[in-house]
Parts: sequence; structure tokens; C-alpha cells
Amino acid sequence: MAPTRRPSKSKYTADRGIPGAFEGETVTRRRFMTGTAHGAGALMTMGIALPALAFAVGPIFKNVSLPWQPVGPPDIFPEDNYIPAIITIAPGIGEAGKSTVYIRKRNPRVDTTPPNQYNRWVAISTRCAHLGCPVRWVPAAERFICPCHGGVYDLQGMRVGGPPPRPLDRFYTRLNQDSGLVEVGRRYSVNSELRIFSPRDPGEPLDGLGQYAYPSRPSVRAL
Amino acid sequence: MPKLPTPPIPPRFLPAPPRPGTQRGRPRTPVEKGLEAGKTVVDWVDERTSLSGAVRWTMFRKVPKGTNWFYTLGSATMFAFLNQAITGVFLAMYYRPDAAGGAYESVRHITNDVFLGQFVRGMHKWGSSVMVILVFLHMGRTFFFGAYKYPRELNWVIGVVLLILTMLMSFTGYLLPFDQRSYWATIVGVNINGTGPLVGPYLSDFLRGGPEFTATTLSRFYAIHMLLVPGLIIAMIGAHLYLVAKLGTSAPPWMRPKPEPELTEEAL
Repeated sequence: MAPTRRPSKSKYTADRGIPGAFEGETVTRRRFMTGTAHGAGALMTMGIALPALAFAVGPIFKNVSLPWQPVGPPDIFPEDNYIPAIITIAPGIGEAGKSTVYIRKRNPRVDTTPPNQYNRWVAISTRCAHLGCPVRWVPAAERFICPCHGGVYDLQGMRVGGPPPRPLDRFYTRLNQDSGLVEVGRRYSVNSELRIFSPRDPGEPLDGLGQYAYPSRPSVRAL
Repeated sequence: MPKLPTPPIPPRFLPAPPRPGTQRGRPRTPVEKGLEAGKTVVDWVDERTSLSGAVRWTMFRKVPKGTNWFYTLGSATMFAFLNQAITGVFLAMYYRPDAAGGAYESVRHITNDVFLGQFVRGMHKWGSSVMVILVFLHMGRTFFFGAYKYPRELNWVIGVVLLILTMLMSFTGYLLPFDQRSYWATIVGVNINGTGPLVGPYLSDFLRGGPEFTATTLSRFYAIHMLLVPGLIIAMIGAHLYLVAKLGTSAPPWMRPKPEPELTEEAL
């Protein structure tokens, strides 16, 4: 063992000859005072810093849901072509908060997923699954085409070319019995087998390990 | 710890010898007294702050032989940043971070209506590109001259942090005009951030302030662009410059040390 420069002191303040020491006392009053002042300072700093941090990251944990939005009467949507409709995805900011949705009637020859009350109409999001540019439906080619990086999707919204890692997102649809209008609800993501997942952001694959590498977020959940 | 020698004062800053027939340090005519006023003020401040030592330490440094124009790229970058800071402060006097159309309208107002608005906005817009280019040129100079080596590694690290902060400024500033290009570029940029595994989706939510692009996104980007990152950049530039003054600049790689003749191996 290396020789210490100073002789080791007793841990008891009484043995160190500190005036007014109590028996069995190990913390000097100076040390206690310093510790208290530092601790109080740390508490006050945390009292300001933590709420500010939580304020900034709060939206990550806040669930945002949109109401069902009417898009038109049931008979205007054909089975083999898409009709565009405008919905609001971010209320309160006018045009910047709107988005286009392409809607067609469910076609049993194409749509092989089991039918239920929420997929009687197929509503495809125009948000490209690559990086979020707006795709457009080209009826002559029967393809969705993205202007930014060349993503191409077929009638089902499945990727047939370009960089997108998964098919186009979809929306739940339903028929409102009171108004008689088709309504569009929440968005959901699908993988290449059209399995339903909570809505993901573009650029996040959902096949294989992708569904674990890009988990569902608390801010958006599927129905 | 050994005391470092006081940096020399260049001759031109030394007090001139008194003219014949005048008494040193005693201004007599009002003109002479007036000329002394500046000196008096500086002395008054220096006596209370000792700033002259710091100024001499920063400004009157020895630079190695071979220092050339490439060594000005760092200062050029800093002046590009100062240009961004000054024009940015004045743009903020007219800009409104309102996603419902007010942001675009205020930028249109700056460009078309405000006196010299197009000029100030142009300085900010083109200056940002100039700054990014200069940052990379400065980085290239440091790399190819080997100026990142011991003992300047920490300054390289700070420089990389400054590069990242500069890119963050470019990213957040691009959204602010709030035209189609800004909007879609930000959508794509945020989604690129989101492709990071595990943390990416949460990072996207943090940047947007929620799952979709909303009014919060614009004000968030504005706060990051004009308050958060500039503060960090100023602090980092301060640390960067302190280390430059402390460590000195390196000689270009083609300069070889020339030892004193009496210290060579043969002479010894």
C-alpha cells in the first residue's frame, strides 16, 4: 500500500478536536452546511429545469385524435378508381393543415382482407411512405406517383417502385347512418401483407425487424 | 506553475517619446487635453477591470512562419455568423411565426414593402449558404494542414459541434418563410430524422411538437432558430476562440522547424 501523505483522520469530529463536537458525530457543521446549501441549490435548479424540459418534450406523450370527417355520399366512389377528398389533419392553421385522401369503394376482387364496418371504402393517404411528400393518383397508369424521389404504388397502395419502405398509409372509413355520408377516421399503417399497425411516420419499414425498430408512439394510436 | 511571459506590445502602440519642450504626461493646451480624453477613459476602465491584459493576450499573439490566407477562413466564418446574427435580429422585428398564413405574409411584407427589407432578407438568406460553405472550407483547411492534431483535438471537437449547430440553423431557418418549398422540405427533413431506429419516431414527435405538422411546429422551429441554437453557437465560438488564443495556430505542414545552429546535434 502506498504511503499516504497525511495521517488518516478519525471519522469522529470529537476525536479531531473540533470545538463543540457531539459524541458519535461524523459530519462537521461546515460540511453539513455546505451540503445543505448545495442540495437546496440543486433542488431549486431542478424545480425550474425539469418543468421546462417536460414542457418542451410534453407533446411526445400527448395523444392526438381527430374526429370522423365526412367526405361524400357513398355512391360517388367507384370500385376501380380513386376520388380525392380533402380532410383536416392539423386544425387551426388553415390550408397548411389540410391533406388529400384518395377514396374508392372496397373491391372484393382486389381487396382480399376480411371485410368489416371500417373498410367498406378504401381511403389511401397521400403521404408518401418514403419521406412524406404528397403522392398523386394517375388514373391512366393506375399508379400513385410521388414527385420527390420517384416512389410508385399500385391500386392497393403497395410499393411497385422507388425507395418507399412500406405501402401507403390508410384511413378507417365508415358510413354515418344519420347523415348518410362516408366518413374518414384515424390513419393506420400497413406492412407489405396489409397487416394493420399503429400509424407510423414515413421512412419507417414495418416488415421483419422494422416493426420493432420503429415502435408505435404514444402520440398516435390506431383505432 | 511557471508564469508565461507578458505578450509584447507592438511599437506603434507604445507611447511616443515627448516632443522637445513639452513635459511628459502633462497635457497643457485644450487640444492636448482633448486628445488625452480617450486615454483617460481607457485607463479608468482598465484600472477597474484589468482588461488590457486579456486584450493583449488575445490580440498580440505570435503566429508561426508560413501563416497564409487560408488561415482567415475561421474569421470569415465568424463574420458570416455575425452577419446572420445582426440581420436575423432585424428580421425578427417584422417576422411573425404564424402557421395560418401570417408567417408567409410577414415574409412577403419584409421582401416587398419594408424599406431595404429585400436587402436584409437577402443578406440573411444568402449569408446562410455562405456560412455553410465557409464552415466546410475552414474544416478542410484544418484537416489538410493537420491543425486538428495534439494539442488541438478539443478544438476540432468543438468545431464539429459548431458544424452540427450550423446545420441545425439551416434546417430550422428553412421552414420560416413558410412557402411550399419550406413546408415540404421540413416534412422531408423531419421524416429523415425519424428514420433513426428506436429514437427516430420520438425525435420526429419532439421536432413537430406532436404527430402532425401544426402551428406548434413553426413556433418551435422559430424558437430553436432564433434563441436556442444561436446561444449555443455563441458559447461554442467563445470556447473555440479561447483555445485558439491559448494554443496558438499551427504552422503549415510544409514548414519545417529550423533549430538554432548551436543546438543542432552536430554542434552538441
